[in-house]
Amino acid sequence: MSSPALLAAAGQVGEGFFHERSSESLPCQAKAGEVFCWDWARENIDRYGAPTLQHLEIVLLSVLIGFVVAFALALFAHRTRWLQPPLLAATGVLYTIPSIAFFFLLLPLTGFGRDTAIIVLAAYTLQIIYRNTILGLDNVPASVKDAARGMGYTPRQILWRVELPLAIPEIIAGLRVAVVSTIAIATLAVLISAGGLGTQIYGSGNLTFPTSIIIAAAIVILMALAFDLVLLSLQRLATPWRRAALR
Amino acid sequence: MSSPSPIASIGGAIEFIFASQESNVTGGKKVGGFDKSLELVVGHLEVTFLALGLALIVALPLGLYLGHRGRGELLAVGIGNAGRAIPELAVIALVATLIGVGMRNVAPVLALLGIAPIIVNAYVGVRQVDPAVVEAARGMGMGELNVIRKVELPLAVPTVMGGVRGAAIVIVATATIAPLAGVETLGDFILNRNVYGENGLLAGAILVALLALLLEGALALLQRRLTSDGLKLKTA
Repeated sequence: MSSPALLAAAGQVGEGFFHERSSESLPCQAKAGEVFCWDWARENIDRYGAPTLQHLEIVLLSVLIGFVVAFALALFAHRTRWLQPPLLAATGVLYTIPSIAFFFLLLPLTGFGRDTAIIVLAAYTLQIIYRNTILGLDNVPASVKDAARGMGYTPRQILWRVELPLAIPEIIAGLRVAVVSTIAIATLAVLISAGGLGTQIYGSGNLTFPTSIIIAAAIVILMALAFDLVLLSLQRLATPWRRAALR
Repeated sequence: MSSPSPIASIGGAIEFIFASQESNVTGGKKVGGFDKSLELVVGHLEVTFLALGLALIVALPLGLYLGHRGRGELLAVGIGNAGRAIPELAVIALVATLIGVGMRNVAPVLALLGIAPIIVNAYVGVRQVDPAVVEAARGMGMGELNVIRKVELPLAVPTVMGGVRGAAIVIVATATIAPLAGVETLGDFILNRNVYGENGLLAGAILVALLALLLEGALALLQRRLTSDGLKLKTA
């Protein structure tokens, strides 16, 4: 970040910002019980643009990688059934290790920065996506598969044209949980200098400034809500026969 | 970070856990060691169990009741979804700045994070119980409270325990950042890098990971003990 004077001159932050944050006599914080400074928020809301995009980038990359790996594992374990318990246990271990600990366990290997955050967050999503994909594939009625076989479908065609489409609700349910929790946990990426909205909570001076913490938390929660709704709509669009059945 | 090699780093971290050493940051001052590690493990467990206990007291009866009455599905599911979206770092930071520091302030807030998974799983677990079984219990003259206690809860144990394990994972993980709100846990080694150095950082991470895995393993064993033999036969 460039010097305070420069930023103030460029109009990026209100002129009182640096003064207010460092001194005890600021108008808003001086009042006891002042939880949220609206004036400060109005003046400084544009500071949250870059961290929000960074946050989004970490989340999308993590979930994408997690989805590809978990989906491949699930398809593999769907055919090779004895692999299911060990894979469930292995992804369960990754899910159990607290992400903060995981970040620093990887530190000697991958160092500070975004890569470590993405590896950890992706590993965290494996269990949820893997388990739901397997569940969805197992829930497909045997009669439907028999019918497809009777129509001359090959095993591969059965998987891609019958089993997977019918498993979409479970797969997307898993994806929703994975995305929402990853958005929340990505806040901790600041601890290994990977950026994101956590910087507006844990960054210098922010930890004692409720307004900044609340804005950052609100963006995180809204982002989670938005993704949840988008995935829910996607699920509706991808399973038109479900709506038809309800009529 | 200019670490020599991953293996050397891990060796240094393990040494740090068992014997105090001169910090590579503060220089001269001895940090770490078995006593300090043990103290932080105990602190971590203390706040974790306190929070988990509080969460159970609040969430378990509520989840069981909602499931029993078959009401509040939107409430239960809504709480579950919203609970996942809450950024823990923001929660701990807000507690420290707005409510206050120390165990008395932090434990209830950690408990709040654990309430969501317990309510949802208790609700789902009770709803999954076969209505015919519940009718049979009523027919035998059981009161509503006994139906919950002797029929629905035992049959819902696997699902309920799934929620308790989920809550334990969230709480033990979030306890790692509790030092930001003045509660000494293993997170101390991680967050105070300028005191404990790189070895402390890695030592903290190793201990937190082990603690979480052990707790999860213990709860999995407990779940097996609490599940009635009849249910085990069915799933086997």
